[in-house]
Amino acid sequence: MNVLNYIDAFFSDSAHWQGYDGIPTRLAEHIQYTLEALAIAAAVGLPVGLLTGHTGRGGNILALIATAGRALPSFGLMVLMFVLLGLGLAPVMIPLVVLAIPPILVTTYEAMRSVDPAPVDAARGMGMAETEVLFRVELPVALPLILSGLRSAAIQIVSTATIAAYVSFGGLGRYIVDGLYQRDYEKVVGGATLVAALALVTLGVFWAAGRLSVSRGVRRA
Amino acid sequence: MIRIDSVTKRYPDGTVAVDRLSLEIPDRSITVLVGPSGCGKTTTLRMINRMVEPTEGTITLDGVDIMKQPVNTLRRSMGYVIQNAGLFQHRTIIDNIATVPRMLGWGKDKARARAGELMERVGLDSALAKRYPYQLSGGQQQRVGVARALAADPPVLLMDEPFSAVDPIVRKGLQDELLRIQEELGKTIVFVTHDIDEAVKLGTMVAVMRTGGHLAQFAPPAELLTDPADAFVEDFLGADRGIRRLSFFPSAGLELLTAPIVAVDATAEQIAARATGDAPYLLVTDLDGKPLGWAEPGELTAGEIRQDQLLACGRPFVAGKESLRAALDCAVLSPTGWAVAVDGEGRAAGVVSQQTIGEAIRGAHAERRADGKTDGKKDSRDSKGSKKDGTTEKAAR
Repeated sequence: MNVLNYIDAFFSDSAHWQGYDGIPTRLAEHIQYTLEALAIAAAVGLPVGLLTGHTGRGGNILALIATAGRALPSFGLMVLMFVLLGLGLAPVMIPLVVLAIPPILVTTYEAMRSVDPAPVDAARGMGMAETEVLFRVELPVALPLILSGLRSAAIQIVSTATIAAYVSFGGLGRYIVDGLYQRDYEKVVGGATLVAALALVTLGVFWAAGRLSVSRGVRRA
Repeated sequence: MIRIDSVTKRYPDGTVAVDRLSLEIPDRSITVLVGPSGCGKTTTLRMINRMVEPTEGTITLDGVDIMKQPVNTLRRSMGYVIQNAGLFQHRTIIDNIATVPRMLGWGKDKARARAGELMERVGLDSALAKRYPYQLSGGQQQRVGVARALAADPPVLLMDEPFSAVDPIVRKGLQDELLRIQEELGKTIVFVTHDIDEAVKLGTMVAVMRTGGHLAQFAPPAELLTDPADAFVEDFLGADRGIRRLSFFPSAGLELLTAPIVAVDATAEQIAARATGDAPYLLVTDLDGKPLGWAEPGELTAGEIRQDQLLACGRPFVAGKESLRAALDCAVLSPTGWAVAVDGEGRAAGVVSQQTIGEAIRGAHAERRADGKTDGKKDSRDSKGSKKDGTTEKAAR
């Protein structure tokens, strides 16, 4: 039996489409974890990245934090948090957020630094307040890069959120973890396929967001 | 009036960008700050809108210290144009120009209508309104930069090497456009450049600065070319300042010869009558009177004059409108050594030899010298004022 047969068998089984272990439920759980982790990571990474990028200060410390964040193994961190904090969503969210902050933080900082200084100088010279300079001059130009940082963070979360299943939470990781345990490879492959598909959908969502929010004058580059 | 009063800018590392500079920038005229890189000209400009804050000294605008008002209010009252224009790439041309009016709280429609007027004023096709900056050439972008600075009709315009990054032909177009706009609007313009030709062309007053942030001379361009304050200014003006000074002498007084001109359909008698010997050549014109070329009288056969037999007459000068410099240039370039003068419609108005132009130049110089002794008082007082500042500055050092 090859992988395609597994996929076909998994998705054509109507039992997989309903109930608390059905695809819609697991998919919704997975999306929920992803959105929550991404929202928390963005709430931390975006303001810090925008501010350090705008002022140009703190870039070195940022790089240090980002490197440290990347070096932490998500799975190990989750197990550690589980031991320290016990059962709950926090041990799942913490490693996902730690995973997502570095790409958001670093690309936002870099995006702001790479904005052409001439229009920024012109904006200040014509009497724009600093917040206006940041949000009306720098941000619209930095947006494509910032979105790419959010996108890679989102995709990393989608693929890593499967570990939630190890500490008894739901999500698409359920199929993989349970499948491996039950030696049900149909389930394992089905879960992995769903994760991959969700990552592709995430790419599509960010592509659409870019089309909608980035000015045509900036997008051509 | 903008008054810069013994202003110094010293950076924390000890570098002095501007050193006890005093300058009075007259209203409704173009004051050019010119000098080599590192002379503090841009720093001086940026201190006027507080992009750089002076370490010592004061700058007043119409008698009010610029430090006394909120910085963004001050900046909104001054247009600011920089090199490479610095347009907002995410905004359309019309919205770029409407930026300051929008900041001042104008409605979108009113601000856009105003921006549309300005596009016309700076010579931009209204079809460009919905384009983005990347779709425009460098020269067009710079025009947008000027329009954006003028949008809220500020009394003061600060321009920091605005035309340095475009090619010479486009630059000339932009300079002419600026002079035309200035004639219409009468702004107080402070213009920074490293190009002395640009300074002489645009400036009502020119401040030459030298490395270390010192003022070397502050004078109208004609005076700068005639009477450079010191070796530095003379050197900075370049080897051909004598020729360039001729730009300030009108060609109106030139005595033009009208005799040696024949039309292309001239009869043998007309050719003979025109060959008076005043000039060794005859200028042949077309039936409208526009110059075609030169020929020796003996070479011309009535009814058989063909343009390819003629010596090219090159670019003529417009009599009375262009300067002696243009006239001399025509004569120097002409294969016959004679310059062709035309009227406003391009019809031959007369011809003039290098010798006659030379006499006119000597005459004009003599006249200027005589003038300098009498009514030049006003000018010399101004320049003495600035020279005095210069000397006290030197003494203080």
